[in-house]
Amino acid sequence: MTNRSSRPWYLAPYYIWILLFVIAPIALVVYFSFLDLAGDFTLENYANFFSSTYFRMTLSSFWYAFLITFISVLIAYPTAYWLTKTKHKQLWLLLIIIPSWINLLLKAYAFIGIFGLYGPANQLIQFFGAGPLQILFTDFSFVFVAVYIFIPFMVLPIFNSLDKINPALIDASRDLGASQWTTFRRVIFPLAINGVKSGVQAVFIPALSLFVITRLIAGNKVITLGTAIEQQFLVTQNWGMGSTIAVFLILFMIIIMLLTGPKEKGGALNGKAK
Amino acid sequence: MKGIIRASTAIVIISAILFYAVHLLESSSATSGSGSISVYNWGEYIDPELISQFEEETGIQVIYETFDSNESMMTKIEQGGTSYDVAMPSEYAIEKMKENDLLLPIDQSKIPNLENIDPYFLDLPFDPGNEYSIPYFWGTVGIAYNPTLLEGQTFESWDDLWNPTLEQEVILVDSAREVIGMGLNSLGYSLNSTDLGELREATDKLKTLGPNVKAIIGDEIVEMMRREEAAVAVTWSGQAADMMWINEDIDYAVPEEGSNLWFDNMIIPSTAGNVDGAHQFINFMLDAEVAAQNADYVGYSSPNAAALELMDPEVTGDERFYPTEEMRDRLEVYENLGLEMLGVYNELFLEFKMDMEK
Repeated sequence: MTNRSSRPWYLAPYYIWILLFVIAPIALVVYFSFLDLAGDFTLENYANFFSSTYFRMTLSSFWYAFLITFISVLIAYPTAYWLTKTKHKQLWLLLIIIPSWINLLLKAYAFIGIFGLYGPANQLIQFFGAGPLQILFTDFSFVFVAVYIFIPFMVLPIFNSLDKINPALIDASRDLGASQWTTFRRVIFPLAINGVKSGVQAVFIPALSLFVITRLIAGNKVITLGTAIEQQFLVTQNWGMGSTIAVFLILFMIIIMLLTGPKEKGGALNGKAK
Repeated sequence: MKGIIRASTAIVIISAILFYAVHLLESSSATSGSGSISVYNWGEYIDPELISQFEEETGIQVIYETFDSNESMMTKIEQGGTSYDVAMPSEYAIEKMKENDLLLPIDQSKIPNLENIDPYFLDLPFDPGNEYSIPYFWGTVGIAYNPTLLEGQTFESWDDLWNPTLEQEVILVDSAREVIGMGLNSLGYSLNSTDLGELREATDKLKTLGPNVKAIIGDEIVEMMRREEAAVAVTWSGQAADMMWINEDIDYAVPEEGSNLWFDNMIIPSTAGNVDGAHQFINFMLDAEVAAQNADYVGYSSPNAAALELMDPEVTGDERFYPTEEMRDRLEVYENLGLEMLGVYNELFLEFKMDMEK
């Protein structure tokens, strides 16, 4: 064991990095959140945030982020489980990851075409006899595209933690007479819960601040905190209000990290399972 | 360990080769004598051929970048760290940039082609004497619509947008002043209103438009209208012209209660690095043939009288895009309302988006 109190000099660049690019920007955001348009100290931005518009915006951001995360887990968990059982794991995994290499904007524009009144989605619907539906610019298209974009980030951590489980543990559970469902509930699920948690972190937090697809896919009918921040900085030039919203976003993120952070017990179990 | 060292050496070598290749490419393309200028313009707002023509004629390399709102353009210039030599903001942005000392005066002796400009567009209130800006394009805000998708509706008035038969058919442009302005105009108020009561009334009226609103988007409007995804759009005249270029069924109207008349102008930001090159570029864009070709490509209305003579009279005689001076009197130019009021407009626009009646 190395001595913890003596900090080696070679860590200095990392401390400088963290100071310059993590702590300083957050401090600046907090500082700006107390400034009004003229640059004077004010608490008005915070009062504003609790006005009805922003409060409802926060609630709706949370609702959509929750929906997106929940549906992602529903789809990603079975996918990841099935992946661990296949022969060519790495190949399948690659196929799931590849779409995440494509720029978000390109994907969004592709969906504008797919979901359009004359797009493939509506052609399929018409083939089954229904009239053309308005798919683009609805809640459905927004959640669908967001889930599509986030799925790889949910599959990966869940797959990793499922894949790490020692098959001997599952055999043991079966030998001891546990049913398939009990094995899943008492053995597999607790061992893989950390993967789900990191997946939730990787999806829920970005989903709170989505702003490109709220415009392109939801036609600005869904407004998230990210949209509001973008507008405050780029259009209104009210950096104070933009920073205030960002401060709350950071607070929400910290809360979510705390809620989903790894617990000691789970970590130890996972460690042993290696 | 050996593997890691080998891999990192490979990465370093590859990076070095790529870096060298980039350097080679850059030095071979920038062989011109008089350096380069960087132009900061709206998207789809110049004929790219003209840039090459300018480069050939003058030997000045053009670095071209685009922005999508006056506000984001100003923010970027204000923060420094950029060296744009020419930019094309709208009139109220020019007023504001002047206040903030973000503009360099233009030396009119270096711009002989200025005489091509119709005097109507010179010496306007936002820049008396054209000390800082030279007209580029102008236009209106109005309603583009596709009669083949409608049942005979016409758009003489903004109130026609509230027609219940237009459910889920109307696209609005994602810009606070245009949309709130349309609400103000429909109530007969000025679109430069700073009266909070009037603004509140306009926002409440806009909220009732909710069921008819299909989406609130930006440049994607053109594509949506071309492909007949939507029947009606509130947009700028030039975007309407773009749509009509491809889809001849589309028509454009400026409602009679009045609307916005705007002017985009070429300016030289205070951060410019090549002021001489910037003047050359502005002068080039004012050349009659160049301006005519550009107006043909972009579709907005040109203030260049000499260019209009070279253009198809069917285009320049079209009162939807070249309204007569009498018609222009009904229209209003945006005034710079200050950051405080801009904030109010945006806050109300956000509220409108949140509270649209479903």
